Amino acid sequence: MSIMDIARTALRHVPDALVPGAKPSPMRGQHGQIGAPVSRLDGVLKVGGAARFVSEVPMEEMLYAALVHSTIAKGRIATLDTAAAEAAPGVALVMTHRNAPKMRAPQAFGQGSGVAGSNLPIMQDDAVHWNGEAIALVLADTQAQADHAAALVSVTYDASPATIDFDAARADAQHPKSILGEPPVLDIGDAEKALAAAPHKVDLRYTTPRHNHNAIEPHGATVRWDGDTLILHDATQMLNGTAATVADVFGLKPEQVRVLSPFVGGGFGGKGLWSHQILAAAAAKLSGRPVRLSLTREAVYRLVGGRTLTEQRVGLGADADGRLTALIHTGVTSMTSHNNCPEQFTFPARHLYAAGSFHLEQHIAEMDMLANTFMRAPGESIGTFALECAIDELAERLGIDPIELRRRNEPTEDPTSGNAFSSRHLLKAYADGAKRFGWERRNATPSSRREGEWLIGMGVATATYPYYRMPGAAARIEMDASGHATVAIAGQEMGMGTATVQAQHAADRLGLPLEAVTFEYGDSALPAGVMAGGSAQTTSILAAVAAASDELIGAFVKLAGNDSPIAGRRADELVARDGGLARADEPSAHESYASILARAGRSSLTVETAAPKPVETMKYSMHSYGAQFAEVGVNAVTGEVRVRRFLGSFDCGRILNPKTATSQFRGGIIMGIGLALMEETLFDPRTGRVMNPSLAEYHVPVHLDVPEIDVIWTDIPDPHTPLGAHGIGEIGITGTAAAIANAIHNATGRRLRDLPMTLDKLL
Amino acid sequence: MRFTVNGRSIDEEVDLRISLLDLLRDQVGLTGTKKGCNQGACGACTVLVDGERINACLALAVQYQDRSIVTVEGLADGDTLHPLQKAFIAHDGFQCGYCTPGQICSAIAMADELSRGMPSAVTPDLTGIAILSHDELRERMSGNLCRCGAHNGIVAAIAETFGTGAAAPEEVAA
Ligand code: FES
Ligand code: FES
Repeated sequence: MSIMDIARTALRHVPDALVPGAKPSPMRGQHGQIGAPVSRLDGVLKVGGAARFVSEVPMEEMLYAALVHSTIAKGRIATLDTAAAEAAPGVALVMTHRNAPKMRAPQAFGQGSGVAGSNLPIMQDDAVHWNGEAIALVLADTQAQADHAAALVSVTYDASPATIDFDAARADAQHPKSILGEPPVLDIGDAEKALAAAPHKVDLRYTTPRHNHNAIEPHGATVRWDGDTLILHDATQMLNGTAATVADVFGLKPEQVRVLSPFVGGGFGGKGLWSHQILAAAAAKLSGRPVRLSLTREAVYRLVGGRTLTEQRVGLGADADGRLTALIHTGVTSMTSHNNCPEQFTFPARHLYAAGSFHLEQHIAEMDMLANTFMRAPGESIGTFALECAIDELAERLGIDPIELRRRNEPTEDPTSGNAFSSRHLLKAYADGAKRFGWERRNATPSSRREGEWLIGMGVATATYPYYRMPGAAARIEMDASGHATVAIAGQEMGMGTATVQAQHAADRLGLPLEAVTFEYGDSALPAGVMAGGSAQTTSILAAVAAASDELIGAFVKLAGNDSPIAGRRADELVARDGGLARADEPSAHESYASILARAGRSSLTVETAAPKPVETMKYSMHSYGAQFAEVGVNAVTGEVRVRRFLGSFDCGRILNPKTATSQFRGGIIMGIGLALMEETLFDPRTGRVMNPSLAEYHVPVHLDVPEIDVIWTDIPDPHTPLGAHGIGEIGITGTAAAIANAIHNATGRRLRDLPMTLDKLL
Repeated sequence: MRFTVNGRSIDEEVDLRISLLDLLRDQVGLTGTKKGCNQGACGACTVLVDGERINACLALAVQYQDRSIVTVEGLADGDTLHPLQKAFIAHDGFQCGYCTPGQICSAIAMADELSRGMPSAVTPDLTGIAILSHDELRERMSGNLCRCGAHNGIVAAIAETFGTGAAAPEEVAA
């Protein structure tokens, strides 16, 4: 039993009231911002082209960088000739392992406080670790000059044997030490035996390919050294972690690295710390001038990892009533020796169904490749594809409607941890969704609906993603003499609507109009934030802002003293409204923040407070849920699949801003459509090289691929989370591919178990 | 060399190799136009040249001397946003905002192409007038990728600005 397990077991028996932080701070009355469909506060900047992204930050005397990438998967650089490049017009220098500054290898994610995608040393010797690694960097006065000179660098290699064929690597697959803190093998009862004995069963294999995030903004870094302080303009989902990790690489204190990232052009897990930021900083150090390194689209594929591939097995055994007696979900993914990202595809099976026995197991096949990484709902996105397709097949064999089969297997407590659910209304999400989508119009017999060339079918699948809240967030709030609040935290905004929702939240907490709140973020020098990952940023910041608001109100009560209309009342006997504080029992007894400050002769009042620890996740099984409904048309002549209608019905706690939430849900679903029908990073098993490093050859959904997507939600607050909310950035992609696969089966009678479901597989 | 950008005449010394996109972003300092792929695959770099949409990453800067170039920065009338810009905000037609300038410029030229009767791959009747149906709109905007998945909001904003009820999903009506 790990420490975590012991703590979890102990906490389960402690009443909520005694668990610090388990009870979310209550709102002092309702002011109407939370839950309102507020338009994004940064909208004007974004539609006008005034939002400045990383590769747009101007700097005096700046040099442009271009990279040379390795073309072998493993070995050594034999010869490296940079003379022609150095002599090319405009070139300031060429950096290689021979002249790069000495740097420590970055700590990888899961290693100390590191967040790097990989812990390999960067340009420190002649070793090559993957096909595409940066082996030289050219600095020149213009990008065109740098690009030209980079083409003049000539390299030869001594290649050594590399493990680049998944089929070969799989033979030596091992259990990872843990899967994000969970055991790689989980057995309850004897699931293999139960499966063998089950009267109704399926035992199926699924494969999913590699994927790339493909945020439309490519990665970049614009950097300068100010003495021994590094100013790193980045596009990142992890400001503080990047500052700390980069500081360690250069032997600095974390506060000597300032990371700025006010706008991020999409992340999806990909905007982390990779080699390019460190190379840019090293080159700036070497040249003594500011440097911009903007990755080309191809360089993003070479230097920034994506989602790894999986092979999965799902075995389900059921009795005559459809009750699961066995749930087996196992499989293999590939990873490297220098990262820690096991793609937790067995996580959904740990929580979704009340099966009589479980066998869940993940293996890792180590390969010599660019480190894989987190990509939107790592694990859950592709794990739900396999699990939810298998459930659909089992339902078909049993002759039970797939929604009814899920109802019969709905657990009353977490089936593998035994913890109570903090909030689970999956069956309501199904009922609401089925009604709105017209599920009763589905004919359970495949191929029974045809319109001209098109075979039409409907499918459904469960979406699920864990609730996380990360420790370490702290918020600062400054109230100025005019009653304007500035809330500051090193948070990230890559399109989730962070700034908008947190401003809404602070406005409600403090009883201010939205215009009287500024939310500052995107700068590692602000009070610590948490990374934008695990769909956890919103709730983590909510908790910090709630704690800071409480403290600020407490400070105002003290400052108000005895001459105030609110005198003699404790903070919990007051409500925040109309730009100040009022007595809960006597609303006309009110004094504005501005008036309190003026009377005290203060120009402002500032507090900074950390959020309580996220112990709620240790006590409860906490997840978001959804029911995904798809209607597809499959062309009987060409095999082409079109998604005609899609509905996501979600149970994700309280929705804070329906406008931005709808966009997040839809965004996830659309990436799920891509996952289902077209996305695949092609990896050459002979060279270890990505073969389609471009948006022309890696297909993402375009406008014509995207139908109008309907989104509804239960809006039932989770009683154990800040504001009753859950993060919602990732759940949309889960279940989507399975719903589409199940719809394809309903349309055609064909079961596709290998992603992506391209037309050739239907001919 | 002389260029006209957003109604302003500018003189720039131009490296013959560079694209219109790099000229705008790196030299003129108009960074509203975005670079997503630099190979004509994403549409983030869409600008208007004499009212027509082009991918600025595929255009050599020298070829655009003395042509009228309009970027996203040139769409608003002072502090008053273009109606399509306003509609993008109202319909949440973006998340990260990186594809947005390209989507907006592209849509403005697309509406003009449609009004001139230019057909698309999904136009049912090549002799008739193309109307901004749901499929027409989506087909004609398919050169502008959005990875955040703001497609529905983008289509709704364009339909509201340039068409009538065109965003109504035909498929659902059945
Ligand atoms: S940057 Fe021009 S099309 Fe992508
Ligand atoms: S809004 Fe992010 S790519 Fe479209």
